[in-house]
Amino acid sequence: MAKRIDVSDLNVYYGAFKAVEGVSMTVEPRSVTAFIGPSGCGKSTFLRTLNRMHEVIPGGRVEGKVMLDDQDLYAPSMDPVMVRRTIGMVFQRPNPFPTMSIYDNVAAGLRLNGVRNKKTLDGIVEQSLKGANLWNEVKDRLSKPGAGLSGGQQQRLCIARAIAVQPQVLLMDEPCSALDPISTLAIEDLINELKSDYTIVIVTHNMQQAARVSDRTAFFNLKATGEPGRLIEIDETTKIFNNPNEQSTEDYISGRFG
Amino acid sequence: MSALKTDQRVPEDENMTGDSPTSPPPSNRSGNEALREMSNPHRGRAIKDLIARIAMWVSFFVAMVPLAWILWTVVSKGIHLLLSATWWTGNQRNINSSDVGGGARHAIEGTLMMAGVTALIAVPIGILTAVYLVEYGRGGLARAISFMVDILSGVPSIVAALFIYAVWVTTFGLDRSGFAAALALVLLMIPVIVRSTEEMLKLVPNELREAAYALGVPKWVTIVKIVLRTAFSGIVTGVLLGLARIMGETAPLLILAPYTKNFQHDLFNGNFPTLPMMINQDRGDFALASAAARMWGTALTLILLVLLLNIIGRVIAHFGSVKK
Amino acid sequence: MSTVTGVSATDDPPGPDGRTPLRGVSASTGRLGDRLFGGAATVSGVIVIATVTLIAVFLIVQAVPALRDNQASFFTSREWAPGGDTPRFGIVEFLWTTVAASTMAMIIAVPFGVAVALFLTQYAPLWMRGPAAALVDLLAAVPSIVYGLWGLITFAPFFKPIQGWLENTLGWIPLFSPTGISGGTILFIGLVLSIMVLPIVTALSREVFAQTPLAHKEGALALGATRWEMIRTAVLPFGRPGVISAAMLALGRALGETIAVTFLVSSLPDGAAWTWSLFNGGETFASKIANNAAEFSNPNKTGAYIAAGLVLFVLTFIVNSIARIVIERRKAFTE
Repeated sequence: MAKRIDVSDLNVYYGAFKAVEGVSMTVEPRSVTAFIGPSGCGKSTFLRTLNRMHEVIPGGRVEGKVMLDDQDLYAPSMDPVMVRRTIGMVFQRPNPFPTMSIYDNVAAGLRLNGVRNKKTLDGIVEQSLKGANLWNEVKDRLSKPGAGLSGGQQQRLCIARAIAVQPQVLLMDEPCSALDPISTLAIEDLINELKSDYTIVIVTHNMQQAARVSDRTAFFNLKATGEPGRLIEIDETTKIFNNPNEQSTEDYISGRFG
Repeated sequence: MSALKTDQRVPEDENMTGDSPTSPPPSNRSGNEALREMSNPHRGRAIKDLIARIAMWVSFFVAMVPLAWILWTVVSKGIHLLLSATWWTGNQRNINSSDVGGGARHAIEGTLMMAGVTALIAVPIGILTAVYLVEYGRGGLARAISFMVDILSGVPSIVAALFIYAVWVTTFGLDRSGFAAALALVLLMIPVIVRSTEEMLKLVPNELREAAYALGVPKWVTIVKIVLRTAFSGIVTGVLLGLARIMGETAPLLILAPYTKNFQHDLFNGNFPTLPMMINQDRGDFALASAAARMWGTALTLILLVLLLNIIGRVIAHFGSVKK
Repeated sequence: MSTVTGVSATDDPPGPDGRTPLRGVSASTGRLGDRLFGGAATVSGVIVIATVTLIAVFLIVQAVPALRDNQASFFTSREWAPGGDTPRFGIVEFLWTTVAASTMAMIIAVPFGVAVALFLTQYAPLWMRGPAAALVDLLAAVPSIVYGLWGLITFAPFFKPIQGWLENTLGWIPLFSPTGISGGTILFIGLVLSIMVLPIVTALSREVFAQTPLAHKEGALALGATRWEMIRTAVLPFGRPGVISAAMLALGRALGETIAVTFLVSSLPDGAAWTWSLFNGGETFASKIANNAAEFSNPNKTGAYIAAGLVLFVLTFIVNSIARIVIERRKAFTE
């Protein structure tokens, strides 16, 4: 079910601006990889290139190669819509569809792609909500608007929505930055459970969070404003946080911790 | 040094922000002095403020006088006709200016029919154009379309009517008809729909589009099922307000759709009854009590129709708006 | 499970966990749908461009023959006899009446409209704002024929003595010199037009004033500004582009207003002496065309009216372009 991502020598541009330069890394299947680094270092930008979401922004394009197992995500024959169906994404701010009920939100990805069978949908909705640890809280009000849930519940709803289309990989762009500590904890628990089924990549500003949830951590940095962001190093999380290879990684981590 | 004088402190064109660069540094005089001046504003400033306040109140009431007068006149002079059942069931067949009686049903039906046909053509074009501008368009074509929509919104109704006349009657040799007038109204309605829909689509958060894309939903499905669905009530409101606007347009009817006092449901052949043209019909005989009463009654009917559309539009906007 | 092969998800075998895979006719990548839908949107936009272009082309093409046969100067002649073998027609009189009446309407309606909008957003007690704004919005939607009707039957008799008094008092100024016309003078038409566009100016200005960021207003008040100073420093600068576009929209309406003017206008007899007086009568472009719709019998005659309509089109085009330029400039400054 989960797949490995291999990135080699990736540059990301927005128009003429080079946002990220020369990233090569491997994201291991059935594990959590965290991206950390200062604001503007390109970690979110890079994350979006993993399911071609950067193409939604005018002028966004990449050079280099991203492989999902043996599939080239940027092959000319590859349709970005198919890529995104396989590699799901959870965003910084919970964004349930405001016109839809809880049920409809989870079923949205399937329905919008043409699945009509009520039984199939019921099954997947229940399974996804259970998978997102939300089922018990909402099972009695599935027809209520999704926007009526609390922030943390909304984010778990968005995760349920993302896993309902049964992706191989789940990308999370600072999924807890808009949430309170208790909701954050719930999401972190959920990430721990999800990694047995999915390859998970999470961007976070919170280093304790990276230390808590991830198996491997990648540190991004940029030399100066206006310069492209780069991958400084990627390694086992314990190694990055205790004994990183690069001085700048250590500075960043200790600066935050100290 | 009275640095706190209004004119120096806040120049008229300065967009005020917390740290306006033109405000003089207070450091070179004692804080006490400054405080005293502030708590006791310069008398000129206070007087100006008072004058402005009075001017606003007076303007409001002066402006309301003619407007209230118009509404009152139409209601008081038109209501009695509307209270008879014939008004809502009959037409004006064989009724002359000097005669009392008859109904307005033919014109009400005609106006509604014409508005419906107009909307049928204008709404899809208008909404799709707005979709292009917000969801697809960038670069030269989008700018050109946006500019042309602006031009179209400034085209006077009489010019739109002349254009359709030049095409329909002069070039193709067809007869004037209700449909020709509807085509002119389409020209007037499209920019209204485009602009209101555009506003609504821009209000749909980008996050929702991204959420759909990230689920592997194709762009067009995202637009139809997520974006348009989210903006739906706003779009409907815009359509209703646009309809209200074109229902009262008279110039295209004057040029393209001659009036008939009979029932007429054929938009393509013969004269066509509408409310504005029913008012216009008695224009020359407004001195006759019977004709004047009919004009007021028809005007009130038209206003009620427009008001009804406005209210429905606002109710939909109110209850259909997405709750955060 | 679905794989990234570019094939439809319907081809996928059931997942290892027994969950039913994606299934359905439209579980494609939507490339065809995208092309059709995007194409339809593009076509609609192109229709708009084509329509505006066609308006200009058709009006010009049909006006040119009439203009070529015209024996008088189109822009300076006051004659209007477009029929016959030697058509003579010019628009200077319509141009003057149209511009004079619309300018008057603007001079009255814009300050009043802005003041009422400020009143509704800044001064009115809270309980009053909602209903009053709704009333203004309703009046903005009242068809112009109703204003014409009211002007004709109710307001004209009421205004007649006032107009007489004005004529007597101000008659020594050329702009107000007496002409013997008592009904639908330019002054009277301008006044009714101002009443008609006032709600439009108010409704649009109110919307932009209401959007003034609270931070701007509080910033001004926190510096000790009085309410009026706060309005001048925060509300008016913020709302200026909106007010300008509202005024231009209203001007466009006034220039092109047809039926209300047609109801009220006193057309001049042939050969009436030229005067700059606002107490004179005279047709506007729109009323002239509307009043003679029945006369569109031969192409040359029609062409003359279309030529007049073309001038009106150009006039409103210029007004709208100015508005657009002004707004774009202001935007560049404030953003």
